Amino acid sequence: MTEVLPKSTLYCGVCSYPPEYCEFTATFKRCKEWLLSNHQEVYEKLYSDEALANQTSTLSLEKEQKMEQELEKKQKKEEAKQERELQKKLSSKVTIKRIERNKRKHIISISGLEVFNIDMKKLSKTFASKFATGATVTKNAEKKEEILVQGDVSNEAKEYIEKLLEEKGLNEVKVEQIDDKKKKKALEAEAEAAAKAGKK
Amino acid sequence: MFKKFSKEDVHSRSNIKSSAQRGLKGNFVSQFEALEPVIDTIIPKKSQAILIKCEDKIQLYLIDNEVVLFQHFDDLIPTLKVVHKYPQCFPRVQVDRGAIKFVLSGANIMCPGLTSAGADLPEENLEEGSIVTIYAEGKETALAVGKLLMSTNDIKSINKGHGIELLHYLGDGLWNHTE
Repeated sequence: MTEVLPKSTLYCGVCSYPPEYCEFTATFKRCKEWLLSNHQEVYEKLYSDEALANQTSTLSLEKEQKMEQELEKKQKKEEAKQERELQKKLSSKVTIKRIERNKRKHIISISGLEVFNIDMKKLSKTFASKFATGATVTKNAEKKEEILVQGDVSNEAKEYIEKLLEEKGLNEVKVEQIDDKKKKKALEAEAEAAAKAGKK
Repeated sequence: MFKKFSKEDVHSRSNIKSSAQRGLKGNFVSQFEALEPVIDTIIPKKSQAILIKCEDKIQLYLIDNEVVLFQHFDDLIPTLKVVHKYPQCFPRVQVDRGAIKFVLSGANIMCPGLTSAGADLPEENLEEGSIVTIYAEGKETALAVGKLLMSTNDIKSINKGHGIELLHYLGDGLWNHTE
């Protein structure tokens, strides 16, 4: 029996496809740039004039042009979408709220993280083990997920989240700390009243 | 099958027994006989496979945090990452260049896409229902995995309608699925 070694395949860092198929994705331009800067020899093999000429020969020119146009349109759309998403990410902020439970006891609630593709459940688990407290994921009034952590750990949590965001390259995102002194019941009553007023 | 597939479709995950894992290996090899020399590198003896049950009776088998194969009813289907590693072990068909676009958006493959000039079917007959890896004209790596809806002889002679049911392709939910 001869040992068969696994063949290693290169995957594009932008679209995760093998580079041959980058041309069919909406992020083709960025794929090309990535390939050129990371794996030049593959780039030359795929995108040299000779290779391109071979590819187009099997399809009629007209069809080729049409396909290209369509692809370009798609790419533009995709780019615009990504731009919007980035803007959304930059403009949103993370809120860490300290809520008083019982005079000296507090819980903190962290919201606004869902925009950043962070797994809330996992993060709550890390918080729970990091601070040795209970941490849960719940849905708040706006139907968005938030993490509740038992105990006043807002400063540490803030530091941790800032670090997390920095790793993702999002330095400019604001992390806001709010101190919520009122009792929860009063707050709820207030929110209800506000909702009623809004309806009227 | 995995056009829409996300974390929400995952129902449960559990470690499987080593005896079940042995059985799985046996089945996998009996389905793809060329796999015999490499099966121990795909699924090492000492490894712990994790079974993930999903929506629509799909079961994923995970080894070392990577989905290696999945099961749909009785078919064991390798994921593209595995196909890329061991391309010679699976039966292959080739579609023409015009079809790539549609395959990458998850369409079933029509017979003409398999019989035209740029396409290629194996010499020997493949039975209906067998799992094939799908390559494309001018490309070296596989772009999809599918199941034959008719035998390759029929594809050649009838040359009409759906030829391959697409199961897994580049960029689908399973491809993008990470643990």
